[in-house]
Amino acid sequence: MNLLEYLRTFLLRAGQTTLISLRALRRNKMRSMLTALGIIIGVASVVAMVAVGNGAQANITSKVSALGQNLLTVFAGSRKAGGVNSGLGSASALTLADADAISREVTDVVAISPEASTTAQAIANGRNWSTTVAGESPDYLKIRDWKLAAGSMFADREVRGAAKVAVIGSKTANELFGPLNPVGQTVRVGNIPFVIIGLLESKGAGMGGQNQDDRIVIPYTTVMKRITGEKYLRSINVQVGSADRMDIAQQQITSLLRQRHRLTSDHDDDFNIFNQKEIADTVNSISKVITLLLGSIAGISLFVGGIGIMNIMLVSVTERTREIGIRIAVGAQPGDIKLQFLIEAITLSLLGGLIGVLCGVGASRLVGMVADFQAVVSTGSILLSFGVSFAIGVFFGYYPARKAAALDPIDALRYE
Amino acid sequence: MSTPNTSQPVIQLRELTKTYQTGEVKVKAVRGVTLNIERGEFVAIMGASGSGKSTLMNTLGCLDQPTGGDYLLDGVAVAGLNRKELAKLRNKKLGFVFQGFNLLSRTTALENVELPMFYTHPLVSLRERRERAVAALQRVNLGDRLAHHPSQLSGGQQQRIAIARALVNRPELVLADEPTGNLDTRTSIEIMGLFQELNNAGITLVMVTHELDIAAYCKRIVVMRDGLVISDTRYKNRRSAVAEIALLDQAEQKAQLA
Repeated sequence: MNLLEYLRTFLLRAGQTTLISLRALRRNKMRSMLTALGIIIGVASVVAMVAVGNGAQANITSKVSALGQNLLTVFAGSRKAGGVNSGLGSASALTLADADAISREVTDVVAISPEASTTAQAIANGRNWSTTVAGESPDYLKIRDWKLAAGSMFADREVRGAAKVAVIGSKTANELFGPLNPVGQTVRVGNIPFVIIGLLESKGAGMGGQNQDDRIVIPYTTVMKRITGEKYLRSINVQVGSADRMDIAQQQITSLLRQRHRLTSDHDDDFNIFNQKEIADTVNSISKVITLLLGSIAGISLFVGGIGIMNIMLVSVTERTREIGIRIAVGAQPGDIKLQFLIEAITLSLLGGLIGVLCGVGASRLVGMVADFQAVVSTGSILLSFGVSFAIGVFFGYYPARKAAALDPIDALRYE
Repeated sequence: MSTPNTSQPVIQLRELTKTYQTGEVKVKAVRGVTLNIERGEFVAIMGASGSGKSTLMNTLGCLDQPTGGDYLLDGVAVAGLNRKELAKLRNKKLGFVFQGFNLLSRTTALENVELPMFYTHPLVSLRERRERAVAALQRVNLGDRLAHHPSQLSGGQQQRIAIARALVNRPELVLADEPTGNLDTRTSIEIMGLFQELNNAGITLVMVTHELDIAAYCKRIVVMRDGLVISDTRYKNRRSAVAEIALLDQAEQKAQLA
């Protein structure tokens, strides 16, 4: 008998045996369902947890990258006065000259925006609204990967002249102007009238959950000279040419600023550098750990489900001792009996796997509706679940099946 | 498949022994039986309980291996075969009828009869299985009960399903272990009638019983005691089940008239 013929015969036998198994399972519907429940819960949680984990990760990653591409932010350091630490940005250390030096001397810098921001009351159209006034350079949009919905951005000329022009966020525009087009209108900030020349596209909530669309962007020189009178910058946004140059750029900025601020080796930095890539990496590794953790919980419930299957299969072998005896008497070989019970266990766990996948996908959809992100069901986790279900069926079904096949036909036929 | 050698006996036993080890005690259930059973015979094995007749039957049925001696089934030496080979032998050459019928409950008559073919190598096609099972059921006069479950049928009908199952793989030998033990007198005679009919058609039958009434329908009676054959007699004028049923019918009619 050649291999092909052998394979055909085996598949036919397995097919027939599967039918017998399905019938046996149908006979005990309730018991089969309860047995499969462990697998159902296990698989459903694997699928749902991986989906939710992936969705959360994708969500966080998109929020981090919404800050801008390859972004380094230099914050002025903290100021200590009498033991009271006033926090980041409070020290008067970063100057425009520092920003110029970074742009001039650090390689790979493709865009730079000194930032001097404040909070102020904006008044226009007979309404008023407290908002963030961000003093930026024309590179701001490029750095933050932001587009204009209407109008245009101010240019270097306006920065040099500390011009009274503004680009307005969609939320602020909506509060002040409603559905009106704000471009060309005037808004008063700290009693100074600004001409709105551009409207930012809506960007939604940022990393911290604050609304990024609630802001008015004006030249940083305008903020420093006309509104706050400050000589120092709060921070400097630096965009680096490529992701793999970010660490080098960070080192260069650190040594440049230490040198410019005349810090000796026994002084700490009087500034902090926020590296977007580091944050993204940290967030990713945290979410990986969480996914792994959730996955292992799901794995444990799958294992418990497998034990349930083994338990019920052992009961089933005992209950059906006589049936097994009859089958052996009429010529069933030990392999036939083993296959029958193995297939029954595999059918149970695969059925559990199938229902589990459906439940898991459903649960993921539900999470997607409640949370502010979409759970991403991956084909990989579904295939994995089926693979694991199959393996559980084989692993936990093998012992009962072997026990059935080893029964002595004379004793089995006498069993009451 | 090997063609059966019609000249040699279906069963050849030479000094067959079977010893059980129960704890510390050795039980010699069969102590050296030498016996030939030819094709077309209808043999009753009789004996009190503990005589070793059931052990002998299990050994003949390849459900158990002898401890010593030789057993040739249709020319094949049974001693030393493994479980898989024994299963093949049972499937091809033997049919079983039990006292308690041993049918699969919640399975139709037809499927019960198809069961042995399920384990036949090479595979029997679904269509052939069905045809052979239907034919076997028709042979035992149950052609109109194909889809019935055992629980929906009488004891006699259930035993006839079991006989159809025993016949379906065209065995060399049908072994029956107290086939009438669970049946009333009339049904018992009917079953014996069926056996006689099958035997007349050339089927070799070996039956274990402790009832002389039942053994009287056989052509040959082997009596066992303490693991040994103490008598082996052939009868020319065996009792006819057809005639007995006719007598019963007459007796019943008389009873009704009176």
